[in-house]
Amino acid sequence: MTFTYEDLVWFAKTFGLFYFIAMSVIVLLYVYWPSNRREFDRAAASILEKDDRPCP
Amino acid sequence: MIEQLTKNERQVAIAILLVLTACGMTFAGVGQGDPLGAHGFLIMAAGIAGIFWVISGYFTPEPPADRSDSYYDDPSRAGIVFAMAWAVVGMFVGVWVALLLAYPDLTFDAGWASFGRLRPVHTSGVIFGFGGNALIATSFYVMQRTSRARLPSQLGPLFVLYGYNLFCVLAATGYLMGVTQSKEYAEPEWYADLWLVIVWVTYLIVYLRTLARRKEPHIYVANWYYLAFIVVVAMLHIVNNLAVPVSFGSAKSYSLFSGVQDAMTQWWYGHNAVAFFLTAGFLGMMYYYLPKRAGRPLYSYRLSIIGFWGITFLYMWAGSHHLHYTALPQWVQTLGMTFSVILLVPSWAAAANALLTLNGAWHKVRDDATLRFMMMAAVFYGLTTFEGSFLAIRPVNALSHYTDWTIGHVHAGALGWVALITFGAIYASVPWLWKRPAMYSARLVEVHFWLAIAGTVVYVLAMWNSGIIQGLMWRTYNAQGTLAYSFIDSLVAMHPYYVARAIGGLLFLIGALVGCYNIWMTIRTAPPATEPAPGSVLEPAGDFPEPALGTAAARQAAE
Repeated sequence: MTFTYEDLVWFAKTFGLFYFIAMSVIVLLYVYWPSNRREFDRAAASILEKDDRPCP
Repeated sequence: MIEQLTKNERQVAIAILLVLTACGMTFAGVGQGDPLGAHGFLIMAAGIAGIFWVISGYFTPEPPADRSDSYYDDPSRAGIVFAMAWAVVGMFVGVWVALLLAYPDLTFDAGWASFGRLRPVHTSGVIFGFGGNALIATSFYVMQRTSRARLPSQLGPLFVLYGYNLFCVLAATGYLMGVTQSKEYAEPEWYADLWLVIVWVTYLIVYLRTLARRKEPHIYVANWYYLAFIVVVAMLHIVNNLAVPVSFGSAKSYSLFSGVQDAMTQWWYGHNAVAFFLTAGFLGMMYYYLPKRAGRPLYSYRLSIIGFWGITFLYMWAGSHHLHYTALPQWVQTLGMTFSVILLVPSWAAAANALLTLNGAWHKVRDDATLRFMMMAAVFYGLTTFEGSFLAIRPVNALSHYTDWTIGHVHAGALGWVALITFGAIYASVPWLWKRPAMYSARLVEVHFWLAIAGTVVYVLAMWNSGIIQGLMWRTYNAQGTLAYSFIDSLVAMHPYYVARAIGGLLFLIGALVGCYNIWMTIRTAPPATEPAPGSVLEPAGDFPEPALGTAAARQAAE
């Protein structure tokens, strides 16, 4: 079986859609997962702390 | 700078420079009568100068064995100085090529001064010289602070910075000699490209090693953007520059791709250079410096993560909008157009996130031109990404393509977004890096801000007018069904706008020069004696870690 241009286009037009959707779902789950909230809030505030020396 | 290197690193540095000199010598030998030979001599000179430099500091005392309690900022300081020097060179040549379009005699009959050779000196000078150095300098700064860890070695980051600038010099001098592979933003030839691969992979390793040493469990979002910039630029650079040299004694090479595949590879590269060099890297800058300077956490950290994945995923597919109405299959053009339109979502998420972060700090935006630089950058980022999505729509592109509208769009992004956020970040970092309480003159920052805004607005408005007039003239038919205007008619109509554009660019250049003077004076002026101001807590000698908005007293008064 030869892999033609049409096969490539079919693959791109089908798989690509689901890949995009799956990726979005994973990102949204990660971002809105309730237990991650603390980590994000801490990260956002962390850069405002005094930071003239590395942590020992 | 050499005194910061350990004995072992000084020896490795000399070894690297000897290899570099030998490579230069080889090129100089085999490339006789070819621009490659001239570049061989240039590489050799750089190598020898480097060896002398390392030897001059070779016998200085070594740094303390335990350096883990301080950050390593030499590369960031040098990077900022390089960035400003390239800004002046790149913007000066930019004004020159702008004037060339209005007054073609300004080549002074010299081949090297023709538009085709000077124009890439401008684009590479500002994008890679100015933007790239600023990204390298700030990425080292931000990565160390957000990871709470020192860079893993002293030599690696210095190699990245100096190696990268050697690449920029090879690129710019090559263009003047006529060396180009004719791919926009990827003009340098194979030997310079190979050198950049070595430098860039070292950059990635330095970054990953620092992240591996981090003391913070969570990787702050700015680092995600910087890392995406490093990883994707490596990927783009390698694939788009796959080429076979005519011979090892020749600067000329031929691309591995041909026809529409070549065009698609080039614009996959070209648009992602916009995405990952000019957007992701500078968003990393914005997500650190803007909240830091405003003294407020990001409005929504979650939104910044959604924006990150949106931008990294969607931009990859947008490049084909550069090839509307070409031999590229229609569905690929439509794909690029669609993704470009969807891109508006994460782009505006980033712009809105930045502006909403400033809620509660607008009085600082009013008083502090540095923060205002960053605020206006976010505004221009929003405007430019909206315009970009709009221009990617095929029928709109039919009007805009090949006209000055594209140039206006690019400069709204390059001047309004990239340069403004960079100047903001530089004005914020310089006092922190050189341990000064504030910039030499807050008033000169203010002057620079207004020159930059005026220059950008004049430039962009001129190009919008010019571009739309051009596009309309090229598609106007008369009653007989033939074109109403010849090309030269449209050129005559452009002339006033070309003059206005040069004036806008000149204002922007003068602003950058004011910035250089201010930064120079900040570095030159000795830090004030560390007498405690009444009511303030004395810092360890010479450390001014917090953003200094005027005096400590003024800061307290504002709170």
